[in-house]
Amino acid sequence: MSAVAAYADRFRRSRLSDVRSIGALGIALGALAFWLAIPPFSTRTYVWPIVVGVLAIAAGVWTVARGVRRLGWGAVAAGVLGVSLAVLALQSSTSNLDQVFDASLIASMLVFATPLTFGAIGGMFSERSGVVNVALEGMMLMGAFFGIYGADKTGSWFLGILIAMLAGGLLALVHAFFAIHLRADQIVGGIAINFLALGITGYFFFQLYHGANISPNIPRIPNVRIPWVRDQSFIGPAIGNLNLLIWVAIALVPISYIVMFKTPIGLRIRACGEHPRAADTVGINVYAVRYASVVTSGMLASLGGVFLSVGFVGTFNENMTNGRGFIALAALIFGNWRPFGAFGAALLFGFSTALAFRLPVYSDSAATLFQALPYVLTLIAVAGVIGRTIPPAAVGRPYKKQ
Amino acid sequence: MTEPVAPGSAPDSADAAPPETVAARLAFFQRAGGLIVPVITAVIAFLIGGVIVAATGHNPITAYWDIAKGAGLNWFGHFTTDIGDTSAYNLSQTLLSTTTLILTGLAVAFAFRCGLFNIGGQGQYLVGLIVANWIGVSWMHLARPAHVLIGVALATLAGALWAGIAGFLKATVGAHEVITTIMLNWIAYWLGSWVFGQGGPLQGPQPSSPISATIDDSARIPYFWGDSTLGGLHVGFFVALLALVLFWIVLSRTTLGYEVRAVGFNPEAAAYGGISVRKNYVRAMAISGAFAGLAGGMDMLSQYAPIGFGTLDVQTSSIGFLGIAVALLGRNTALGTGIAAFLFGALLYGTTHGLDSNVIAPQLTGNLTSIIQGLVVLFVGADVLILYLWNVRRKLRVAGRRAEASA
Repeated sequence: MSAVAAYADRFRRSRLSDVRSIGALGIALGALAFWLAIPPFSTRTYVWPIVVGVLAIAAGVWTVARGVRRLGWGAVAAGVLGVSLAVLALQSSTSNLDQVFDASLIASMLVFATPLTFGAIGGMFSERSGVVNVALEGMMLMGAFFGIYGADKTGSWFLGILIAMLAGGLLALVHAFFAIHLRADQIVGGIAINFLALGITGYFFFQLYHGANISPNIPRIPNVRIPWVRDQSFIGPAIGNLNLLIWVAIALVPISYIVMFKTPIGLRIRACGEHPRAADTVGINVYAVRYASVVTSGMLASLGGVFLSVGFVGTFNENMTNGRGFIALAALIFGNWRPFGAFGAALLFGFSTALAFRLPVYSDSAATLFQALPYVLTLIAVAGVIGRTIPPAAVGRPYKKQ
Repeated sequence: MTEPVAPGSAPDSADAAPPETVAARLAFFQRAGGLIVPVITAVIAFLIGGVIVAATGHNPITAYWDIAKGAGLNWFGHFTTDIGDTSAYNLSQTLLSTTTLILTGLAVAFAFRCGLFNIGGQGQYLVGLIVANWIGVSWMHLARPAHVLIGVALATLAGALWAGIAGFLKATVGAHEVITTIMLNWIAYWLGSWVFGQGGPLQGPQPSSPISATIDDSARIPYFWGDSTLGGLHVGFFVALLALVLFWIVLSRTTLGYEVRAVGFNPEAAAYGGISVRKNYVRAMAISGAFAGLAGGMDMLSQYAPIGFGTLDVQTSSIGFLGIAVALLGRNTALGTGIAAFLFGALLYGTTHGLDSNVIAPQLTGNLTSIIQGLVVLFVGADVLILYLWNVRRKLRVAGRRAEASA
């Protein structure tokens, strides 16, 4: 009993008395205010969303009053946004709402978040080691094309994935060589890599497939059908039948967290990104760590590409990634160069994309404009309105051995 | 503009034998630093491109010759002012691309001189284009010169404001301009897809097609070679050339340019010397954006005027990104940017629309442009490598001479 009491006491002291927790609670309440208005709750009165939203705003004001400004204003914003979105949703008919917000929205959010997660986690490895990676888009595109090419030629989706990772890794190696050994500007190099990938994949797509003829019978990455969960009412359509790579992406988040923050390898990577000279002094091979990190990032980003082509769509078209690599970069920045933060941002951006694909129920043009949301949010985030983003200290700076 | 600039993209200018006296040779290498890197870069990029062409079973030499013909470069063999002539027509279209590329190149180059990397040329171009479209299809009551001038001026202003957002964020909260301009590019991309798209505010008269209305006659830029419906070259070409001169004058002959370059060389030192770094960041980005916005405005009121601009055009346009390669290859100087713009303008038109070839398909060469563009940017960024290769060549020659002497 006493152990339970002690635990409860610790819990109370560490969590509930913490101002930041109230702020976070405010943000959660703001989200809840909107959630109440949409399925499965679908409340049709204004009362509940407004009550919850006001609570969120109150929590925010309380937090601001105790000095935690950013989180507090975030909670206030979440409350206002939650109530206004709820009011907007209440204007709409229930059948339309049911069409837009059903369990498969969660599945499609995960589908759109998966390439972003791979890209953002990949980018994290590169940037934490001190090499800016604006080439995620290109690496993803390489994965998308060479993955489907490999799957087509070898007849195995698994070999397709390996070939995609090889292609992405090779392209990343080029980036690493120019960034590390030649000490070229990493952003210029990354932009170049994107052009190169666009040209190479487009060229070989026309050379090998004449720009269209990818067999519809290529082996696809299978879905994971979870036996019992699949038959449940809400969870079933949401997560009962997801692509294998979606689960890999979800598993990658805690794994990369452990690698980056709980192991000596991660410590070395971070040391190279924060203070390469110090890392070098204690015997870490900065070049080797950076090469390994950049190549890893290329391989992970190409997994995002192969998920698009071999997993999700089953074909390839020119410039297939269409800016997803840049949204992944945005998710990485939005998530403050941390795995769970990046994953959260990827989910948010994935959700906004999934929603954008359903909004034509209401209006085509609104749906198009909605696609800009991830970029607007990231712009606001880097402007320092919501929390502060802190990149690794030595990111973008070439290191010269003494 | 004290840096020497490649007099042309011709490969032989780099390979010319250095003068014989020691002093002259030293002077040559000094000068060559600014000249050799871009020339070798272009040569290597074209060589690797040729290797890819050869590896996939096409003849690289005939392919490049067909591309050159597609760009109308064979016009220089036989002059004609008749736009009906294929080579003259192709050349006029190459110069049309050059016009846009000069301006999108300057948009990158100006910011670079202030130490900022403006990747947002594409977004600024699109924003300028959207504003010019809005003015060109509405505001009908205006007379001809006023309508054109207001359209172009507001497009320029829109580009300046769009880039100014990035400059402002850099100056106030230190947000990295690369990140913000990437985001602004994509916002402009979806903004453009929206305004010209299904149900968008600038969608044309046909409700089913996501494309803008055509530009009112009074807002079209006049053509001096050919005409707007059949294609040709409009007076914007001279505006672009004027912009090159203006760029040079502003940077090297005015206080503003001095401050911009001082901040670009060393922000701390510039601040110590009493120059406001923040003000120059905003100013340099805004001027950069103005170039790109001008490019978008002029394109909309000339080549896209009779056909309109659509969602698909927004999503496939990449001329703003090509400006990055133009500026880098031109070493961010006025003359260099002009020459590089012509090279890429020829490549862009010659590999896509102008190409008429049995050797290689336009779809392949269109992607070849991307590859060459990527290689150029990659190698320009790594001038250490180019200079290293150059020095290895010299060392080999010295070693060879020694071997000869000892033999």
